[in-house]
Amino acid sequence: MKTLAQISPGKTATVVGVAGPRAFRRRLMEMGLTPQTDVRIVRIAPLGDPIQIEVRNGQWSLRRDEAAQIEVAP
Amino acid sequence: MSRTAPLIVLAGNPNVGKTTLFNALTGSSAKATNYPGVTVDVRAGELAFDATTHATVVDLPGTYSLVARSPEEQIAIAKVAGVGGEAVPDLVVVCVDASQPARSLYLLLQCQELGVRCMVALTMADEAKAATPAPAKLAALLGCAVVQTNAPNKQGLTELRDAMRQALQSEVPAPLWRWQPSSELQARIASVVAAVDQDSNHTWPHNDAVAMWALLCCDHDDELVGVPPAVRAAAMQSPLPQNLDDEPTLARWQWLDREIPALIKAVPDRTNTERIDGVLLHRWYGFLVFAGVMTLLFLSLFTFAAPMMDGIESLVGMAGDQVGQILGPGLLRDFVVDGVIGGVGTVLVFLPQILLLFLFLGLLEDLGYLARVAYLMDRVMRAMNLHGRAFVPMLSGFACAVPAIMATRTLERRRDRLLTMMVIPLMSCSARLPVYTLVITAMMPGARLTQGLLMVGLYAFSVVAALVAAWVMSLTVKPLKSKRLPFFVELPPYRMPRWGGVLRGMWSRAASFLREAGTVILACSIALWALLYFPRELPAGARDYDALIAKATDDATKSALENERSTARLRNSYGGRMGQAIEPAIAPLGFDWRIGVGIIGSFAAREVFVATMGITVGVDRNLDEDAQRESLRQTLHDAKNTTGGKAYTPLVGMSLLLFFALACQCMSTLAVVKRESQSWRWPIFLLAYMTGLAYLVSLAVYQFGKLLGFG
Repeated sequence: MKTLAQISPGKTATVVGVAGPRAFRRRLMEMGLTPQTDVRIVRIAPLGDPIQIEVRNGQWSLRRDEAAQIEVAP
Repeated sequence: MSRTAPLIVLAGNPNVGKTTLFNALTGSSAKATNYPGVTVDVRAGELAFDATTHATVVDLPGTYSLVARSPEEQIAIAKVAGVGGEAVPDLVVVCVDASQPARSLYLLLQCQELGVRCMVALTMADEAKAATPAPAKLAALLGCAVVQTNAPNKQGLTELRDAMRQALQSEVPAPLWRWQPSSELQARIASVVAAVDQDSNHTWPHNDAVAMWALLCCDHDDELVGVPPAVRAAAMQSPLPQNLDDEPTLARWQWLDREIPALIKAVPDRTNTERIDGVLLHRWYGFLVFAGVMTLLFLSLFTFAAPMMDGIESLVGMAGDQVGQILGPGLLRDFVVDGVIGGVGTVLVFLPQILLLFLFLGLLEDLGYLARVAYLMDRVMRAMNLHGRAFVPMLSGFACAVPAIMATRTLERRRDRLLTMMVIPLMSCSARLPVYTLVITAMMPGARLTQGLLMVGLYAFSVVAALVAAWVMSLTVKPLKSKRLPFFVELPPYRMPRWGGVLRGMWSRAASFLREAGTVILACSIALWALLYFPRELPAGARDYDALIAKATDDATKSALENERSTARLRNSYGGRMGQAIEPAIAPLGFDWRIGVGIIGSFAAREVFVATMGITVGVDRNLDEDAQRESLRQTLHDAKNTTGGKAYTPLVGMSLLLFFALACQCMSTLAVVKRESQSWRWPIFLLAYMTGLAYLVSLAVYQFGKLLGFG
């Protein structure tokens, strides 16, 4: 299975599930990163981390190791 | 309408124009009050429906959800549900961003589950344009009033006020759940409801949502305060399985995903923002612009603020002279002029930097650039377990720790704020500069170039010290340890700043500084003045300076005697005696009592060290400023220790420089940390760790230096 951290900029993937501790997982899901939601990788920050994502018409900054907790299907 | 004014809570996600709407509704009546125990300002103001009917409007801090892990996040549930001693609101107005309504409505669903009166203010429609859902359709779907507003242009405000008034007269709705909890979840909620019922003050008929909140929020790792023990015990009886934990979140999104897309006819246009991001977040141009903006910020604090600060200082000086002439020489004059007016000057001189920094922060925040700074710098900051948003406050620390610590408000989490606050005072502030200059020119040998390099080295040292300190403390000090929460920072669309709101925010920060930190600083500076002023009588056996001065025939003798008297008085003052008393403790660092007194005096502000040293070594105060400085330099250079050797060798200088680089010699910093952390614990911790660190480093440098034969 791929994670969001492995998706290249410009590509869109669909969330399958979010792993990690309870509070972390819930925070991401409350922001709209729920299963079956499309996430677009907008770009990667100049220093290689964090990444800029678009989900449900909003854009967010997310660290790479956090994106690695989000399982996606391309 | 009832006798007491109804209570309206304004809730919504960050970046949806909620504060602009609040300002438009309440005008100048808004007052920020600190929510007890946390450093979040909750603003409240009066909304006038007409000449005789008013309501109180509370502006909640921006939030995405009522679920909470920390006391700051807990404010939302406390205010919306009226739990934990808060009044139950008569109406909750949820601001819904027209360009991403589903995310905003997630919060509304949570409010409706509680059974409070709700309505929607639809904002940002000017930005969403065709993507804006039709208010009437939204209202039909949500079962509550929906009013489209554009607060900056005052559009829809009358309609909103009318709708609010109408909503207040409607019946309190029953809790509205858009989803049916599974039987397992229902059973768990039921097991907590009894405890909630028992605890609630019976103004709240429907406790299911509160019980579910407790189930979702309480665990062994939360930092919530004031959750009744019985509720907590019931909620934590056994861990909630993951499927039940996810159930409410997924169910709400499922409903939103089913209902909302039908109401939205277009995708909001982000091309402008995308285009600007393409430059501002670009690998090269992005950093170029970033460097430019940060340089401007730094320059404005460091350079542009200087004339204003000089102006305040000369105004205070003039006021002191005027009052001094009226009062005539004596204790009263010294107290009023040097103690009180001088202390007021100490407070006021911070204002230019505070105003400028918050003007900048307000503009950058409104523009949407502050979030991008966090995005760009997070990689660097996180290496030290700091948040990307800590960058601007830390940079501001180069100018002055006081506004910089106030700027930690831009960080959301208390842990991030505290850690940043604890390391900002290590950044080399501008008040250290006169001290460095004096010590380097008086005690360090060598050409201008080496002296200049030493100065640069001190700045670099301060950055390294701050970053290492952040890293070490984030691993060792429990409340500063990092929790695994996502660095989920919204990158909002670029927007033109709202000047009214920016200026209002800038002024409210400055006013709260004057009111809360200013008073503490004033009291401390009067106390320090007294410490270095009393007692006035010189000990028995001292020369009778007053008589000698009266007898002096020429001005030179007279001023020499006056200087000698000042030195004798300072040495004999309580502060002077403290300086001598601590000499055994600071001697291993290479410092004598004169530096000891200087260190005590510099607590008022670091640069005061220069003036205090001037008196302890007896510089002629009738000389002009430049000559005094030169004389001080020369005197320090030539000063002898008790055994006749050079008192201030380069090694002593090095030890002193490091001491000033690391020690928390600044009562104003401590006063602001007290104000921002709402506790005495953190300023005491800051003072203790920085002084300890400074002592150990200076001790090591001086003792090793001596072993190696320097000094």
